Amino acid sequence: MSEDGHHHPAPLSPVERRVAALQALLTERGLLPEGFIEETTRRYESEIGPLNGAKVVARAWTDPDYKRRLLADGTPAIAELGFGGAEGEHMVVVENTAAVHNVIVCTLCSCYPWPVLGLPPAWYKDPPYRARMVREPRALLAEMGCELPAGTEIRVWDSSAEVRYLVLPQRPPGTEGMAEAELAGLVTRDSMIGVARL
Amino acid sequence: MTDGPAAGGADGKVVRVDSIHDLGGMQGFGAVAHAPAEPVFHHRWEAAARALLMAVAGAVQASGGEFRHSIERMDPGHYLTSGYYEHWLTAAATLAVEHGLVTSDELEARAGGRFPLSGPVLAPPVTDPGPDVSTPRFAAGDRVRVRDWHSPGHTRCPRYVRGRTGTVVRVDGIHSVPDVEAHGAARRHEPTYSVRFDATDLWQDGQRGVSVHVDLWDSYLEAP
Repeated sequence: MSEDGHHHPAPLSPVERRVAALQALLTERGLLPEGFIEETTRRYESEIGPLNGAKVVARAWTDPDYKRRLLADGTPAIAELGFGGAEGEHMVVVENTAAVHNVIVCTLCSCYPWPVLGLPPAWYKDPPYRARMVREPRALLAEMGCELPAGTEIRVWDSSAEVRYLVLPQRPPGTEGMAEAELAGLVTRDSMIGVARL
Repeated sequence: MTDGPAAGGADGKVVRVDSIHDLGGMQGFGAVAHAPAEPVFHHRWEAAARALLMAVAGAVQASGGEFRHSIERMDPGHYLTSGYYEHWLTAAATLAVEHGLVTSDELEARAGGRFPLSGPVLAPPVTDPGPDVSTPRFAAGDRVRVRDWHSPGHTRCPRYVRGRTGTVVRVDGIHSVPDVEAHGAARRHEPTYSVRFDATDLWQDGQRGVSVHVDLWDSYLEAP
């Protein structure tokens, strides 16, 4: 807001000008339907995100039969809760235990299970995480606040083909009396990537 | 080096390419800029860039392999100094130019400045993809070695496992081979496997009790 009370939009940055240029040319050529950007954006900002994965985890914590199905064949078990689609067609769920910690990465690009976790956070897509998680996972996890006991086995999963992974975190102690919905509220995105424990 | 096109011409020019996106194990990067929560898009242009890529990929019927390769061909310096959605924007514009939807001159005229695109495809088009593989050659528990070859084009075989030996832990479905689908209309389908590598077999300073699992297509693997 400027001193005279009128709003002057900030000048576009170079990358914004490039986006606007491509957008304008595609629109003129009839290749960008009206509302396409808004619609594809809205779905991932409001409908699809880690709350979906949290529901899957909470169900697995409270229903042993569901957990068995989830670990045996992730895709149909996740579909039971209504989640599926692009980047979730071939789901494998890996379980954290007291002895084993799992963590997911995509070293080649940024593959991520969209239907259960939404779009990946910036740090997951940036070079330091992709380079280091396969090389020094214990040190990197500790750096990110996930200190593991020295004897814990670490399994890193590089999503280099068509499978997308979801980590099933351990149910925190002291939650025995909690209902499924309340448990879902405890499950964080980071715990389902495997860079945090609950 | 085993097969494929010659490693270099008579002029000594190297034609094999390992591009910058293949980051696994690369050293020298600093801390992860981790935040426990962040918005889905940090800027509105990021959301637009993502949608533009989806629109272009749909219009030109780009396979997943062709899309990924259009990012992997970015100038390495540009790749490392720009974020994920700038990669998607660059891919969208590159595919749009390569498929004749727009020209580079039009993009730069509209943008009022430089509009960097990805470099050219260096691998020849795949016209004979070879037969589909419908039966897995390996089973869970089998030891396998990753073929040590460096593709001039797109591949989903990370360089940090090439030449390394691991153990199949899962046989997954049969899928289109990225190395083929990125380079033309031909397709070949093969089983994929999840292969476990002990960190001590990948890195000189690898820790015991750490394993890295990589999902690999059948033709990336051989019996050890």
